[in-house]
Amino acid sequence: MLAFQQSNSVDEATWVGLDNFRLLFDDPEFGAAWRNTFTFTGLALVIGFAVPFALAVLLNELRHAKTFFRIAVYLPVMIPPVVTALLWKWFYDPGPGLFNEALRFLHLPTSNWTNSTSTALVSLVLVATWANLGGTVLIYLAALQGIPGELYEAAELDGASLWQRIRHVTIPQTRFVMLMLLLLQIVATMQVFTEPYIMTGGGPEDATITVLYLIYKYAFVYLDYGSACALSAMLLVFLGAFSAVYLRLTREAS
Amino acid sequence: MRTLISSSTLARHRVLYWTVFSGVVAGFVIAFLFPVYWMVVGAAKSAEELVRTPPTLVPSQWHPENYRDAWDTLDLATHLGNTALQAAGAWALQIVFCTLAAYALSRLRPVFGAVILGGILATLMVPASALLVPKYLTIVDVPLVHVNLLNSPLAIWLPAVANAFNLYLLKRFFDQLPSELLEAAEIDGAGAVRRLWHVVLPLSRPVLGVVSIFAVVAVWQDFLWPLLVFFDTDKSPISVALVQFSYDAPVSHVIAGMVIASVPMVALFLVFQRHIIAGIGAGSLKG
Repeated sequence: MLAFQQSNSVDEATWVGLDNFRLLFDDPEFGAAWRNTFTFTGLALVIGFAVPFALAVLLNELRHAKTFFRIAVYLPVMIPPVVTALLWKWFYDPGPGLFNEALRFLHLPTSNWTNSTSTALVSLVLVATWANLGGTVLIYLAALQGIPGELYEAAELDGASLWQRIRHVTIPQTRFVMLMLLLLQIVATMQVFTEPYIMTGGGPEDATITVLYLIYKYAFVYLDYGSACALSAMLLVFLGAFSAVYLRLTREAS
Repeated sequence: MRTLISSSTLARHRVLYWTVFSGVVAGFVIAFLFPVYWMVVGAAKSAEELVRTPPTLVPSQWHPENYRDAWDTLDLATHLGNTALQAAGAWALQIVFCTLAAYALSRLRPVFGAVILGGILATLMVPASALLVPKYLTIVDVPLVHVNLLNSPLAIWLPAVANAFNLYLLKRFFDQLPSELLEAAEIDGAGAVRRLWHVVLPLSRPVLGVVSIFAVVAVWQDFLWPLLVFFDTDKSPISVALVQFSYDAPVSHVIAGMVIASVPMVALFLVFQRHIIAGIGAGSLKG
């Protein structure tokens, strides 16, 4: 409802039809925000989907120090996101930041990280991956432990190589969990806000402005609640579809 | 337990196994523990040493008083207290109301129970961020009573209670409790409240623990919502306060503040790590 009204904290709300949507479409930041959000989600999936799975498969084979690995991988998840964002902002500092110091030490070219339009978004994806990987790894580990050992044994007797066993036993057996996590990750990463807000302020040149950040800007910087709600409604329709599929699948499984 | 690679194969390739093992340990230490180490010692460095090139792995001069200075000058006690108050209230209200609602829907089976549950579950489909602005406008002028809850912990507590996920988790747990116990209690003349208190709750410790941890962690970690509802710095939780400090306070103090803000969460994790890790694995598989 609010999406179709012109409202701010002062005047009475009036009905403006699709004007808020039109205003959004004319805003160059609107396109940038959606583009960045999709790129961010895409990159987060490429890194945040394959890496935890590979890591979980690897950890599941190690017979020692299991508790250490689980604690270490989950530690970043427990650190408050604000602290993580501030910490990485400090690491990314092109001057005395840890990352460029490490690159200089290895005699590699340094990067501008979050200060350059080409690397800023990737830098944020790295932070988000570091912070959230632990939960995904633990979920995969639990799923891997549910795979009956006989399947591997039978596959090995049939002469299946290591890779073939991963391809024909591990992956099919964890397919359901993978799908669940994929949907959850899409819904979660599409709503990214804390990292761009703290680390880049949406810049440089709108390179890291996201949809949720733009909603925040419309509502709490421009005080245009109507347009903020119009944008929220778009996000809701888009993500609601993913959530609906997710809920349907979980209920069918249980 | 048999996994991808059998134990006998591993025994034959002992050198390879230990090489991979050491590699993974080293990788984990660098990737996950080193950043935390860097933060903890960074806060104990002098301002000059923090910007020195190349950086020092171990501070050449320890300044542990940075932590005390940060605590005093940034008034961390107030902000930690605010966060703790917000988390405690959200936890208590969620435990009381989500438990009552879940018990009612699971065991008392009211008329339209299925419709109500469907409505509650439908809210899970709505991404939290899409409701940000409507939620804010609701808190600014609460319907019916017309009070403004900005700067009040109620702004955190009230939305937190409407937690469909925790309610659903509790309801499903209650569904699985053996009916015989509840029926026996009913025959003995125990009313609905007594059955909840003396039969259901004592059996529900594990799920109440999980819900408690979720509730506390969610409030402690949240940033965007408290950023909106606490414009008064004295009332703001540590997460919002830290970001404000990061603009003008000395770097070592901000880093010390970051460490202090993380300590309660990390401590909670280390104490309950067994339950948390088991809960994440089990919860995901059952949805």
